[in-house]
Amino acid sequence: MKFSDFISTKSICSELNSVSKESVIAELVDALVSAGNIKEADREDIIKAIMKREELGSTGIGRGVAVPHTKHPSVNKLVGTVGVSSDGVEFDSLDGEKVQLFFLLVSPPDRPGDHLRALENISRQLRDETFCRFLKQSKTAEDIMQLLEEADNNHFV
Amino acid sequence: MSHTLEKVVTVINPMGIHMRPADMLSRAAGRFQCQVMIEKDGQAIDCKSIMSILTLGARQGTQLHLRATGTDARQAVEALSELFEHGFDESAGSEVASEHSS
Repeated sequence: MKFSDFISTKSICSELNSVSKESVIAELVDALVSAGNIKEADREDIIKAIMKREELGSTGIGRGVAVPHTKHPSVNKLVGTVGVSSDGVEFDSLDGEKVQLFFLLVSPPDRPGDHLRALENISRQLRDETFCRFLKQSKTAEDIMQLLEEADNNHFV
Repeated sequence: MSHTLEKVVTVINPMGIHMRPADMLSRAAGRFQCQVMIEKDGQAIDCKSIMSILTLGARQGTQLHLRATGTDARQAVEALSELFEHGFDESAGSEVASEHSS
């Protein structure tokens, strides 16, 4: 699976303003609402579900990366967005570091395979330090889009 | 000579090795001194790294090779294969179930 299969480019956030876990999740979900990927009416419920998943264990998997996610019946295909925070956000990460790179995913309840393939793609690309560094240094949504496209074309792995 | 122990394990839980199982595996492996690798289709990764485990994208039914090298290899293989055998304590309705558990 490639980034272009599930990342909604219109919702990419190159400069996240939030400084807390809940607010950064809300900011990313709002971006998906604005881009038309999820309905305004489902916003609250999706944020709540993602926060609930975080309570089971942080999705901050180290290296300044977090993948907050949930299943939700309102989506019929996996949809995700990318956000970059230049200062980083406290996210109770496994390695205790602040998180700068966010990949937020909302998937239909009955498609575990797609969710796994998205995680596989994200983790494989983020293991590459150059990709990680370039992403953290991105200033605009266009920069991020271009990086994701290069990653899709096996530029980094 | 270092002890190397291998075991083939199968992913039985319906959701596959997503983030929570990967977290459980890396934490469990981290408790042992030995090196632990997981291999899938010739790709071998460090079981102590959650990010590496996620790169496997292992779905239900996938067979993986566990390989531990070091003095506590036996204990590590036992502990890790138990997680697989118990399906990472996950059932199809586990999220709903945990909500109502006391």
